[in-house]
Amino acid sequence: MNRLILSLSVLLLVSACSRSETAPPPTELVVYSARAEHLIQPLFERYQQETGVVVRYLSDSEASLIERLKAEGAQSPADILLTVDAGNLWYAAEQGVLRPLESDVLTANIPAVLRDPQMRWVGLSVRARTLVYATERVQPTELSTYEALADDTWKGRLCLRSAKKVYNQSLVATMIAELGEPATEAVVRGWVDNLAAPPFANDTAVIEAISAGRCDVGLVNTYYFGRLLKDTPDLPVGLFWANQGEGARGLHVNVSGAGVTTASKQPEAAQALLEWLSQGEAQALFAGSNLEFPANPMVPADPLVAAWGPYRGDDLNVSEAGRLQVQAVRLMDRAGYE
Amino acid sequence: MSAAASGGRAARFAWALLAAGFCLPTLVPLAAVLQALLVPEGEVWQHLLAHVLPSAVADTLWLLLGVGLGVVAVGVSLAGLVAMADFPGRRFFDWALLLPLAMPGYVLAVAFLGLFDYSGTVATALRAWGIELPAFRGRGGLILVLTAALYPYVYLVARQAFASTGLRTLEVARSLGHAPLPAFLRTVLPLGLPWIMAGTGLALMETLADFGTVAAFNYDTLTVAIYKTWYTQFSPRGGLQVAAVLLLFVLGLLALEARGRRGMRFATMGVAPLRRLPLTRLRWLATAWCALVLLLAFVLPVIWLAVAGLQHVPDMRGRFWALGRNTLSLGALAALLTVAVALLIALAVHFAPSWITRLTQRLSTLGYAFPGALLAVGLYVPMAALMATLAQAGFAISLVQIGVPLLLLGYGVRFLAVGHAPVAAGLLRLRPSMIEAARLSGAGPLRIIGRIHLPLLQPSLMTALLLVFVDVLKEMPITLMMRPFGWDTFATRIFEFTREGEWGMAAVPSLALMVAGLLPIWLLHRGRRASEGLHLRGQAHA
Repeated sequence: MNRLILSLSVLLLVSACSRSETAPPPTELVVYSARAEHLIQPLFERYQQETGVVVRYLSDSEASLIERLKAEGAQSPADILLTVDAGNLWYAAEQGVLRPLESDVLTANIPAVLRDPQMRWVGLSVRARTLVYATERVQPTELSTYEALADDTWKGRLCLRSAKKVYNQSLVATMIAELGEPATEAVVRGWVDNLAAPPFANDTAVIEAISAGRCDVGLVNTYYFGRLLKDTPDLPVGLFWANQGEGARGLHVNVSGAGVTTASKQPEAAQALLEWLSQGEAQALFAGSNLEFPANPMVPADPLVAAWGPYRGDDLNVSEAGRLQVQAVRLMDRAGYE
Repeated sequence: MSAAASGGRAARFAWALLAAGFCLPTLVPLAAVLQALLVPEGEVWQHLLAHVLPSAVADTLWLLLGVGLGVVAVGVSLAGLVAMADFPGRRFFDWALLLPLAMPGYVLAVAFLGLFDYSGTVATALRAWGIELPAFRGRGGLILVLTAALYPYVYLVARQAFASTGLRTLEVARSLGHAPLPAFLRTVLPLGLPWIMAGTGLALMETLADFGTVAAFNYDTLTVAIYKTWYTQFSPRGGLQVAAVLLLFVLGLLALEARGRRGMRFATMGVAPLRRLPLTRLRWLATAWCALVLLLAFVLPVIWLAVAGLQHVPDMRGRFWALGRNTLSLGALAALLTVAVALLIALAVHFAPSWITRLTQRLSTLGYAFPGALLAVGLYVPMAALMATLAQAGFAISLVQIGVPLLLLGYGVRFLAVGHAPVAAGLLRLRPSMIEAARLSGAGPLRIIGRIHLPLLQPSLMTALLLVFVDVLKEMPITLMMRPFGWDTFATRIFEFTREGEWGMAAVPSLALMVAGLLPIWLLHRGRRASEGLHLRGQAHA
């Protein structure tokens, strides 16, 4: 007992002593990030080398970060909120924690559909969601749209990720925008009827299930597919761009993006960081490190990603997916999609 | 006489006030729930009632039932064997069976799915031999994972109970002609009930509040419904309202536990270790059972993690020491503070039993069954408001400065129950006559606590410290929300990797977290060894 307390105390003392205090450097930006550290840390290091501005960040889930921003109000140390989907940026803007930006650089670099119409946030990389199929059991000619996966042909052959993931919610939200609620609900019910296994907890598990023969088709974000492909080049799974036909609305895309907080005491410096991220090598690295598509159309994608060929994206503004998200979630609940 | 009595009353009042004061922060999330109930979220509720809550409540009940039976069956059988029987490997299993304590449920879930789900390593290997495993990703598999992750709570607490009275009771029952197993079931087990229930209560509260493990199985409990309402319907208040339903479950659990404990007195004689029960033909069966549990709950998942993480070790870029230092110091600080408060509350109930202290005791344990992220918001929002008010009033204090104390407060609110359960159970073991005697001989209360309670409570306090320490290490949502800059831990690193589905990368901090958690398990084991040795030497001298 005493020994335990003693060891714990010694531990504390050692850790207290080794934590040296250093004076904060002059310009320092604070980022609240829902994007993982290993995807942003190299960028911030490079920004510091180029400009001398130190970027510190704190990672958490989007919902907690937004609550934290709301709770902290004007005392918040955060200058930038960075998320991995548009829905949460839309919600953060609704809650008043993001400020409108005036930046010719951002409006020039980022297409209008990938940013907030009021410029309270901008997309920095594109996360495309599309069909994957077992190359041994499915011909690409059998595939066409997200909606077609509800057809009887796919009974017992479809694998999906949980409806709790925002990417599925935003996909269904864009379907509501085009087809209306009743038609969309019929599609989602069709998906549920066709499931080969209960919904999975992540996209990687969906691709692995297709590869292992559990099912034949699925819906995933492309970078998960890219990652598996990097490890296993002979993966028996193929990628198919959905909804590309004449008159179809195009591929469903979401963004990982950012906005400057209302509480920021140095909004110009914060905006400068976003502008830097929207162009050139920084933009390539932001998207490429996770095999996503750059939001800036002038910046080339990672070679592995570019090899999948071009696609036509949905021209609905990504913020619409946020606006319709609650409707989509309730629709999926009604349809029994868990 | 009357002066002494009134002095006693004043002391009682002081105890009650002190305990109630320390338990105040635990009321904050409760208050947040009650406040949320005042503002109806009509649309959200209509939807929840029609499409979400009925199945969430049913699934939660099934899970509680399954995990409850699972942890009791595994925990009690292992504790009984290790504490009272003699079989090959007993001394090894005695501490090795605690190892799964260091394994977070969310990590265990992913490892199990990676092994046994359709595309898992084991399932794929068996398929090549023509053997198809039953579908693992369902209620049964989840119950198995949670049982593997949570049985140590029952094992740890029950082992201590059996070790202190079990053998003597068993000896008496056998001398009256009972065979060992009936003797165990009819005497030792009922006597160990408060401990078993305390451990099971912890396991079930943890199950109620769990998000990571059930999310890996896409299994929808009430806690999932809370997060879903908050995250996807953008309604934190709706989430808090669902938490009110969850609180009903918690109160049910607490009532059940209180009922089980009512009217029981478990004072014990001074215990001398007796000879353990030699198992004859069954000895290897006992060894096999212990080995199977250890294999499934620890060895296999660790091997899977090591294989998954091996190629990612170089990616970690040397920040590991800082993460380890943060993890360990937060765990140690939180454990010491939380157990100190838990001891205070338990002693207050012990010395000054009144409705105030009993209510305090009950309320202080609620935080453990509360989903962590919601509790973090419930604490952080009022604290941020308080800091803003203080800053406006001209105090030179900011939210950023009080980061670490605030985080420790969060841990305390969450894990007070974990520190409290073993201590309260341990206090039941004290003979009132011993304290009466000390009091009659004129010893003051502090002296009595120092000379009688603390030494006798030592094993319970060590158990409590260990449990809180390991739980803080594994804790994710409160750490994420309330940590100040630079206080990243192994758990927050696991969170970052798993969010992006990078399981290979997450394996490395997961293993590091486990190694950090093993440290106090090893210390506890050595401490026990030393005190057992002392005991035996003392006997030899006598």
